[in-house]
Parts: sequence; C-alpha cells; structure tokens
Amino acid sequence: MHNKTLAEIIAGLNSGAFSSVEITGHLLNRIRQLDPQYNSFITVTAEAALASAEAADRQRASGSAPLFCGVPIAHKDIFCTNGVRTSCGSKMLDNFVPPYDATVVENFAQAGAVILGKTNMDEFAMGSSNETSYYGPVKNPWDINCVPGGSSGGSAAALVARLTPGATATDTGGSIRQPAALCGVTGLKPTYGRVSRWGMIAFASSLDQAGPMARTAEDCALMLNAMASFDPKDSTSIDRKVPDYTANLNQPLSGLKIGIPKEYFGEGLNPGTEQAVREALTEYEKQGATLVDISLPHSHLAVPAYYVIAPAEASANLSRFDGVRYGYRCEDPKDLRDLYMRTRGEGFGDEVKRRILVGAYCLSAGYYDAYYRKAQQVRRLIKQDFVDAFAMVDVIMGPTSPSPAFAFGAKGDDPVAMYLEDVYTIATNLAGLPGMSLPCGFVDNRPVGLQIIGNYFDEGLMLNAAHQFQRATDWHQRTPEGLE
Amino acid sequence: MQWETVIGLEVHVQLATQSKIFSGASTAFGAEPNTQACAIDLAMPGTLPVPNEQAFRDAIMFGLAIDADIARTSMFERKNYFYPDLPKAYQTTQLEKPIVGRGHVDIELADGSKKSIRIHHAHLEEDAGKSLHEGSFEIHGHGMTGIDLNRAGTPLIEIVSEPDMRNAEEAVAFARKLHSIVTSLGICDGNMSQGSMRFDVNISVRPKGSDTFGTRTETKNLNSFKFMEDAIAMEVERQIDLIEDGDKVIQETRLYNGDTKQARAMRSKEEANDYRYFPCPDLLPIVFEDDYIEQIRQSLPELPDARRDRFIEQYGLSRYDANSLSGDAAVAQFFQTAAAGSDAKLAANWIMGELSARLNAEDRAIQDSPVSADQLAGMIARLKDGTISSKMAKQVFDAMWNGEGDADGIIEARGLKQVSDSGAIEALVDDVIANSPQQVDNYRNADVTKRPKMLGYFVGQIMKASKGQANPQQVNDVLLEKLNALL
Repeated sequence: MHNKTLAEIIAGLNSGAFSSVEITGHLLNRIRQLDPQYNSFITVTAEAALASAEAADRQRASGSAPLFCGVPIAHKDIFCTNGVRTSCGSKMLDNFVPPYDATVVENFAQAGAVILGKTNMDEFAMGSSNETSYYGPVKNPWDINCVPGGSSGGSAAALVARLTPGATATDTGGSIRQPAALCGVTGLKPTYGRVSRWGMIAFASSLDQAGPMARTAEDCALMLNAMASFDPKDSTSIDRKVPDYTANLNQPLSGLKIGIPKEYFGEGLNPGTEQAVREALTEYEKQGATLVDISLPHSHLAVPAYYVIAPAEASANLSRFDGVRYGYRCEDPKDLRDLYMRTRGEGFGDEVKRRILVGAYCLSAGYYDAYYRKAQQVRRLIKQDFVDAFAMVDVIMGPTSPSPAFAFGAKGDDPVAMYLEDVYTIATNLAGLPGMSLPCGFVDNRPVGLQIIGNYFDEGLMLNAAHQFQRATDWHQRTPEGLE
Repeated sequence: MQWETVIGLEVHVQLATQSKIFSGASTAFGAEPNTQACAIDLAMPGTLPVPNEQAFRDAIMFGLAIDADIARTSMFERKNYFYPDLPKAYQTTQLEKPIVGRGHVDIELADGSKKSIRIHHAHLEEDAGKSLHEGSFEIHGHGMTGIDLNRAGTPLIEIVSEPDMRNAEEAVAFARKLHSIVTSLGICDGNMSQGSMRFDVNISVRPKGSDTFGTRTETKNLNSFKFMEDAIAMEVERQIDLIEDGDKVIQETRLYNGDTKQARAMRSKEEANDYRYFPCPDLLPIVFEDDYIEQIRQSLPELPDARRDRFIEQYGLSRYDANSLSGDAAVAQFFQTAAAGSDAKLAANWIMGELSARLNAEDRAIQDSPVSADQLAGMIARLKDGTISSKMAKQVFDAMWNGEGDADGIIEARGLKQVSDSGAIEALVDDVIANSPQQVDNYRNADVTKRPKMLGYFVGQIMKASKGQANPQQVNDVLLEKLNALL
C-alpha cells in the first residue's frame, strides 16, 4: 500500500479499495518502525492524522469528497501549522506552536488532505545536506551514510522511504530540486508568486517559493492544483488563474525545443551524473523533441550573487528571533543586550549565524554598493539570460546537482563546496522561474536528477515533459532495497 | 559676535486610518496594552505585510496640499535595529523612493511677513510600539520593562523640511501650519498629547553672514508647540555658549523634558546605528497612475490658506482674525458653526478671547469645549438683539461653561434680561440728572472736548440704579440727548 502514488491513492479511496484510516494507519506504522533510521520527521501527528482520516472517510461516505479527501501527506516543518509545533529545524523555534496555518497548509486542509506530520529540514532552510537541522541530520534511504540533500531533505527521504506519498517543500536556491535529485524523487519549484508564502517561515523573501514533492510528475501536478492560489495575504503572490496542472499531462513531445546550456555541463560535473543526464536527453529526442545548444553566459555569477542576496534578506528576516515574544529565550538574562546576544548565540546554529553575519556585512554602510547593489545588478543579467534563451527554446534541461549524494561531513568544513551543490539550481530562483527535478539514473546506486527549467508559469508544460519521460522510464519507481 | 540660528524639522504624523499600515489591527488610541496587535504586528514567523491603501491616499493628499511631486513609483525599505518595541527588528520605511517629493509650506509671522519653507520629502513608515519603563514593572526584584505593541504598525508620514527656519518663531509657525494642514485634510487627528504629531528639531548656529552650516544637534520627540519653542531657545543658547567658550558643538541626539525644562544628550553620531537599509522584499514597488492621483486631487478638502481667504471674504474678518480662526480645522469648524447662528465678528471675538483663554487655562482642545458652538451662537444672538449686555454675556458664558445649559435658559433662570424699554431708561436718566445738580453744572461748564469723559459718572449711577440691567448703549444715547438738551 505504501508504494501507491497520490493518483493511485485517490483512485483507491474513490473506488473504496481501502479507506483513509487504513492507508493513514499503515503509513503511521511505517513511520514508527522505519523513521528512527532516517529521521525524516521532526513531528509526527499520529492522533490528529487518524482523527482527520476518520472524518475524511465519513465525508466520503456522505458523497462529497474534495480532491485530497483522506489522502495522507506531510508538510515541511517550515510551514506554520495551527496548534502543531513548527520548528523550522531550529532550537530557536523548538517550543513554537503557531496560532495560524500557512496558506499552503490551509489549502491542503480545504482539499481534505490528512497530515502525517512535519518533515525535517536544514535549520531555517539553510543548507544542502540536512546536516544543519537542530533535530539531527536526515539519512538518505539509498545509503544511510549519505546526505539526503537539503534543505527539504526530510520531505525527500520520507518520500523515497515510502513513509508518505506526497510532501510539501520549499526552494530558495534548490531546496526542493537538489534533495529530490539526491533521493530519487520528483519535485517542482513553481514560478515565484504562484504559491503563497503566508505562514511559510521566511529565509530569503524574494527567492523563497513553496512547491510539491512526490514520486511522480503526475502527483506533483495534483499537489500543485491544491497548493497554488492567489493570496491577498502575500503581496508578492500573483493574481493569475490556477490552471488544472493535470489537464495537459499527455501531450506528445514532438516539436518540443529543449535548450541545453553549455554552462551546465562544464567543470565540476560528475561524469556519471553527466552520462545519466545525456541519456535522458536522448530519450527526449527519441520522443520527438529537439535539443538546442544554448548559453546562459552569466551562470558563473549566480552562486556569488545568491550568497549576497539570500543572506542579506535572511539577516533581516531572522532578526525577529530575539527572545522577546516567542521562541527560545536564554536563561536569566542580566540585561537587554545579554538577552539578545545569548538568545541568538544559543538559539541559532553555525550555518545560520554564518549567513546572518555575511548578510549584515553585505548591507553595511560602505559595503552595500559593492555587494548588495552589485548582486542585484547581476540578478538582472541572469534573468535576462533566461529571457533571451526562452525566445529560442520551450524548456531548458540539464543536471539538477553536480554529483549524487555525498557522505555526511564530506563538505562540512568547506561552506563554499557546499554552496556549489546548488550551482545549477540557484539561477532559476534569482530569475523567479519554475524548475523541477526528476529521477533519470544512478551513479553507484545513488540517484541522479534531471532538471527542467521552464518559462514563467509554464509549470504545465514542464510537468507534461516530466510525465512523458516517466511513462517511458522507470527511474522514478526504483526503491531502495528493503523498502519496497 | 552676532549669531544666526538654522533650524530644520522632521515631523512624524500619525495617520488617522482605521487599521494599521501593514495589518488589519485597529489603530484606536488608549486600548489595553497588546490588545490591538495581531500576528503581523507581533512579527510572528511566516507573517507578511499587506499595505493599507488608505495610508497611501493620505500621504498623497498631504503631498498635493504642499504642492509636492508625488512619486509615480514608490517602494519600501527595511531599517534594521534591535529594540524590544520593534518586533521585526526592522522598521518598514521609505528611503530611496519616498511617496512625497519636494514641496513647500508657506508661513506667516506675527509681523505679517511671509516665508516659504521647503519640504525635502515626506515618506510613509510604520510606528514602533512603546516601552513602558515605569516602576510598576518591578517583578521578582528585577527592573522589568513592559512592551505595548498596540502602536506598532500605526501608519506615519515623516515630513522632512529643509533647514530654512532661522528662529523659534518660524519653527513654531511652520509646525503649526503643518498641524493645520494635516488636520484640515483629515489625515491626522492632530492630538499632540497622544503623540499624533511629534517633532524632531535639528538646530545649529553660525556667525551671521556665514554661508556654511554649523554642527547640528537633533532634539527629538517634542510634542507641544510650547516645548518646541522652549527647547529651541535652550539649545541655541547652549550652542552659542559652547562656541563662545571655545568649545565645539558635538553632533548628537538630545532629549528635552518639557516638565523639568531640561535637555540631555541621548547618543552621539559615533554611537549611531548602521541601519543597513535595503528594499523590503515582501512588498513590491507600488505604481500610482495619473488618474489615481488626479482623483485624490479632486477630493481634497479646503486647505488653511484658502479657508483664511474665504473667512476674510465671507465674514469680513481681519487677516489676523482669519489666520487665527482658520489654522486649526476644529477651531475653524467651531467658528463657522457659531457664526452661522449669530454674528461672525462677535463669534470671532468670543472664540479668540474668552473661549480660547478658558480652554488654554484648562489645557483643553476645542473639541472638548464644555460650551458648544451652537451654545455660543445662542448667547451671541441674545447679545446682539440686546437681551443681554456684554457684562451679562460673561456671566452667561460662565454658566454655560459650568454645564448649566443654553443661554436662553440661563438668562431666564437668572433674570439677566437687560432693560431696553426706552420709557424706563428715560426715567432712570431723569432721576440721576435730577439728583446730580453739581455734576450737571460741571458738565455744562466744561470744554466740549472734555465732556465725553464726564459721562462715565452718570452712566455708572444709572447702571447702578438699574442693578446693571439697563442696556448700556441705550443709556448712553438717552443720557447724551438729555444732557445736551440742558446746555
């Protein structure tokens, strides 16, 4: 039952093959048995999940069931959940129970979903390995000595371990796509503004975007149908009709023009990863698509620009965690300064502190023009690269990350090596474009992700391209040994 | 040496919107602490700001009223600093693209001269909460500070002038004029004691004739015109003393305490924060179409200068009286109501005289006057039709002030009607003339220029005989007629 996709679960519930209580109970048992190994959940809401599964079964029996009625999913612990601790992977919010739901959470509640719990993540979504979580790292179910990627590593690992059929995630510089690639699942970062950021704890506001993670593109389409909405509570949310993302999943790919950026196949790319990606592109050609060599000439500036802009925004966004109103407060502060210094010194982990320091530095008097303003100029150039490219091609494809999952601690001492994990994903966040990752092969039994980048609001086209690939291949169905 | 003072003002004006600038919480003053702060105002994780359109309208109204450029694209920055009453640890404000650009405010001084004070810009921002340091927060032996976030997120416009003022009189005239403009527009309640308008004054001195500025200090948070005047005088004197003693003025922020009439340095430039401003990524730039601005321009209410000119035209008031009565929107409204039911000039005199003296003595705003405009009009009507004398009117006013009701009722209850019956007055005059042969002789023999002064005795006797109730004008007329007949 745990191998079922969201589409299969919806069909099974509709046909009465099983009930929500059955599948929810089964997954909760599985989480109880298996997750101590993987640590993919921070909080499991078993009681509430079973109660809402029962309610969903009753609702279904009464004849009116919304799309996700009784369908179990998990939320990344970055989304505020009314009455359920929302830690964002940090000691700072270990005791924080929000009195409100994030819009994404609210949307899934409206759609009838059952919430299994909250998934583990890098602290405040800052990390590419899940090693910065206050709750300990998530283990990659393909190899428990390897990282699952980050920051949405808990959602990705829970999916591949068959603990949940769907999970929400967020992506600021690759936090959906990179863990999806490293765990062998499918994840989509929508166009900036497509999904509301209300109630999603901010890392870098101009880059953060929530999206679905599942085992298939079709499931991602189903989830995006529920997640996407215009939200007046988020001023950066875009007032544009949400299409049915499942409507065009069966379009043939003949005539599809796929841009292959030369900058995404250069130095630093693992040869095994490159081979798997090239083979995937051959499959697309076989289905009638045309590969077009393109250039995104400012790609090499994406990581440096990102590591100015994201920390700058984060330094302000995380200032509210001051021990005054909620969250962690140091013991017995002797004065205001002591309260601030010790609360933040003790409440934040090293990577978060590093980014706050970098961000504050970039915004300081005398450095603003050299760093922040310059990075914003670079951001415009990167965006223009994509605008130019999409004048010629329909989608862009390449690797999601330069190499498959690496061992714990491998990049711990070298933040720059860690930052380069997102070298292919960051540019889309800077440009606000949608991007997704889907499994396309293995290197030494570790999954490889194919990245698809689309034009603004072309999620439907991307999901179709991914779905057509998944109809012809079975990479997305591969399961780690013992977890079948 | 002759010194010249240079003054510039930064004025915080709380906008009278129903809800906050980025949240739906109420802005009403005086609620229990922290009852008007929602999740956004508390900076709970994941919350986001949504701009309140009314705040933009209000700011644009102000900009149009001071003949300023309105930014077609406006954006917000974050100003970062830690303080417990600033929940996000940044203030959302405007730096690079303030909504209101260059404009001017024209002032008139006591000697009738006029001056135009340039406005550098005015920007929108959110207010902080309040820290309550009172001793009532001593808990468990610790000195505690209470935080009230009701005010957090209240919309403000900060108006920044050029350093165009040269003395306290000009600064106060400018501040009063701003008060007058924002209350006339209805964008601020103008209640200075509740902090609805707060003034920061930048002051420097320089040798007269110099064209470079001296080092300035900023005296913050003055919330009355009187405090402003006193604080400027004190600071100017302090700076001149320093320089004449061979010391230097240090650029610093100062606090003036209006109760103790003392000022102290709060922080120097070296201790100033680096606020690390950057564009707020939660708020997109806002674009104002010409139509939108034009529609606001069409809806502007009457502004103080236009109202003053109308008062001169419509009511025949002097420029001085018209200035006094048109400046404050509430006073202007009071005057117009009072004048409509009685006599404009009398209403003006009573409002600027007795009423304003009594309000000042009790430190009340005209909105809180115990005597309403209608009541004042009722009293003036009786004064005008001769029912009561000016002297009686004073008694009636006192009674109305004490809550004894309308003029007619008071006149009736106290029997204050003056005698205007010509027969009765003639009899009184005849009696006094008959009983004052010596004074009549003196009058008759006096030089014609001295006679008017001699009337006082007779009038006094007649009024005394009438127990103050004779109509003084009639007494004068009849007396003069009868005395002249004896010549």
